Amino acid sequence: MATPVFKMLTSNRLRDGDVLYWKAGTWVEDLRDGEVFPDETAAEAALAAAQKDILGNQVVAAYLFDVRIENGAARPVKERELVRAAGPTVRPDTGKQAPSAERVSNHV
Amino acid sequence: MTKLLKSGAFAADPFVSVADDAVLPDGDIIVSLARFQKERESLLARNAPLGVRLQSSQSPELLGDDVNRLSLVVLEFPKFRDGRAFSWARMLRTRLGFTGEIRAVGDFLFDQVNYQHRVGFDAWEVPDNFTIAQFQKALGEISNVYQPSADGRKTIRDLRASR
Amino acid sequence: MYRYDEFDAKFVAERVEQFRGQVARRLSGELTEDQFKPLRLMNGLYLQLHAYMLRIAVPYGTLSSRQMRKLAHIARRYDKGFGHFTTRTNLQFNWIKLVDVPDILAELASVEMHCIQTSGNCIRNVTADQFAGATPEEIEDPRPLSEIIRQWSSLHPEFVFLARKFKIAVGATPHDRAALQFHDMAVDIVKNEQGRVGYKVIAGGGMGRTPYIAHVMSEFVEREDILAYLEAVLRVYNQDSRRDNIHKQRIKILINAIGPEEMRRRVAREFDEIKRTGSLQLPQAELDRIAAYFAPPAFEALPDAMPLLDSKNGGDRAFENWKKTNVHKHRAPGYAIATISLKAIGQVPGDASADQMDAIADLMDKYSVGEIRVSHEQNLVLPHVKQKDLPAIFARLQAIDLATPNAGLITDIIACPGLDYCDLANARSIPVAQRIAKKFADLDRQHDIGELKIKISGCINACGHHHAGHIGILGVDKKGVEFYQLQLGGSGAEDASIGDIMGPGFGEHEIAGAVERVVNVYLKERKTGERFLDTYRRIGMAKFKEAAYEQVPA
Repeated sequence: MATPVFKMLTSNRLRDGDVLYWKAGTWVEDLRDGEVFPDETAAEAALAAAQKDILGNQVVAAYLFDVRIENGAARPVKERELVRAAGPTVRPDTGKQAPSAERVSNHV
Repeated sequence: MTKLLKSGAFAADPFVSVADDAVLPDGDIIVSLARFQKERESLLARNAPLGVRLQSSQSPELLGDDVNRLSLVVLEFPKFRDGRAFSWARMLRTRLGFTGEIRAVGDFLFDQVNYQHRVGFDAWEVPDNFTIAQFQKALGEISNVYQPSADGRKTIRDLRASR
Repeated sequence: MYRYDEFDAKFVAERVEQFRGQVARRLSGELTEDQFKPLRLMNGLYLQLHAYMLRIAVPYGTLSSRQMRKLAHIARRYDKGFGHFTTRTNLQFNWIKLVDVPDILAELASVEMHCIQTSGNCIRNVTADQFAGATPEEIEDPRPLSEIIRQWSSLHPEFVFLARKFKIAVGATPHDRAALQFHDMAVDIVKNEQGRVGYKVIAGGGMGRTPYIAHVMSEFVEREDILAYLEAVLRVYNQDSRRDNIHKQRIKILINAIGPEEMRRRVAREFDEIKRTGSLQLPQAELDRIAAYFAPPAFEALPDAMPLLDSKNGGDRAFENWKKTNVHKHRAPGYAIATISLKAIGQVPGDASADQMDAIADLMDKYSVGEIRVSHEQNLVLPHVKQKDLPAIFARLQAIDLATPNAGLITDIIACPGLDYCDLANARSIPVAQRIAKKFADLDRQHDIGELKIKISGCINACGHHHAGHIGILGVDKKGVEFYQLQLGGSGAEDASIGDIMGPGFGEHEIAGAVERVVNVYLKERKTGERFLDTYRRIGMAKFKEAAYEQVPA
């Protein structure tokens, strides 16, 4: 039996295109710090709440995506979201996965 | 709400748009292409300026030979991405020799005004907060043009030749 | 090559300021994203998976050393130190910030470069043969006409909101290196029976969801009429294309819906009108004026004498192998055309680092009159090198890991950025290219296989041109898993053909093996002198398909 699927919310920062994840009313840069919604209602509520940041010209292209919980951590279901969260699989020295990248939490 | 910008200045709009099934009032009116095609003789016989409104899929050729008996052609932009009206305006000015008002209505961007102007539009239905300064800016952002269009402007090739 | 005059310079400078204003209006919210998107696309700016991607125009694939150095600088200052050469001979940077773009555009303008119309529903970069001006095969250099088309199409007021993108290529040789027949419109420079040079115009080719090969619009357009004719095609397209279904809005759909004959009739009608007005006539004097910018360098009188094995290069086959595939005949005796492959085994196809770009710029200055070309196969070409300089060039290329001797061979793979970078992708394409390249890395084996063009796209948009691959690979998403479909028998050359789909897709770890089995069928079945493509065309799909789907013993 497949493990249950949950939702997370992502967007891109308008100014620099950086990938962001919703967490409790704000955005973080690392998927591991992002909020996993317990159900559809919470997910839709977050997407609705995120509109303020779209209208406020902070973020663009906000959408919900599927994750599963593996070893206590959220793991995207789709390859696209895995790549988006980490960086290009063919350039491990670039993107959020890069050893030099700082893990920055809790700010836009 | 919108206002009319014509020949570089805001103007009151003398024209009234009339629905297909409504009684025609006196004065300047705008009708749809369908109504124009149906009631052409009586519409042209009226002693008042007549405008026809074209949807983006409707070529001005559908206006027939009487296009210069019209005072106004309204070209719709249902969505700013639908760029057919640029060709329709050019056609009106160039092939059909239309000298009346060509008006842009609908969803278009400030940044399209320059292109519209080049292909022959001379009137725009703009949002209430649109300013003349914005209009001038839109027209002036790119000083020179590479290709000829309905506006008859000198191209960069012309300018090069006359150096 | 073309040099901006004060009008060209002012044009791009004003465009930069215009975009600076648009970015400010976006950041302030005066423009919504929906309104801003077409504006930023027409300056080459996409929002991709990780960041913004900026696509810089490289008109007809020609760059100067000064421009190459500027690209290296931009890579370092605004990106992560590398760029990607595309299948439309442009350059892409993957890690761009919106707020930096106006400054980047200003830097580009300072070296006569721009990003105008590299995306959006407008006329895109005009591409041409990467050997233009150097090959003995051409009727004339296609780049002067390409430059004239570039100017005519720049911010053309009637055609900036077309139904879809519009790609134009120009050719001038019997051997088509620019994939003319897969373009929305292409101009082939030809001679008529009287020996007069004119233009054959074709339209309606394309890749994507529904690939088509272009139809002839006119067998011969007189020189002075060419802009009028091209405008006529664009006008019919802008007026008559559907606008209701984004997948049905390329000119290839229109022409196939109404038929080429009806299309020709409509174009002829517009053309007659434009010609009568005379406003778009192209005088010979103007053609000559532009052509003068592309005058060939003063070639020294040198004998044809290809250097042989040189012990300084390790005294081995490396140089000879490189010459076999990466060096082509030049029109001037004693000269050669040298291809720099950006397909090092296991590297990302088409990528170059900032350091490599700077080193290439030095090579350009020292050995190739400061000029380089980008090919639609994502390689670079030094157009005018002296044969006697080839050993030194090769040695220098080896030092910067750009001496891969595989131009046109099986490891010279075209791959789009795919799901590693692109918002539209369904599957990753670069790792597949790398896996296949590694499998076939042995150079003797590559030479035995001979010419085999593999092209990989990560989605149906076909930016990897997989329909034109001798072996084409299309990445698809099957219930969240990446699968790869094979197509065989495509060609983007003068013998254009669309590849035939083999059948169900292969998994990420199976596809390279499937390709190998397909290649083995070719090796078994081929007759003397047949390339893979020729054997496929002769024997058809059946044996290839059977071998590809064979279960490999555990």
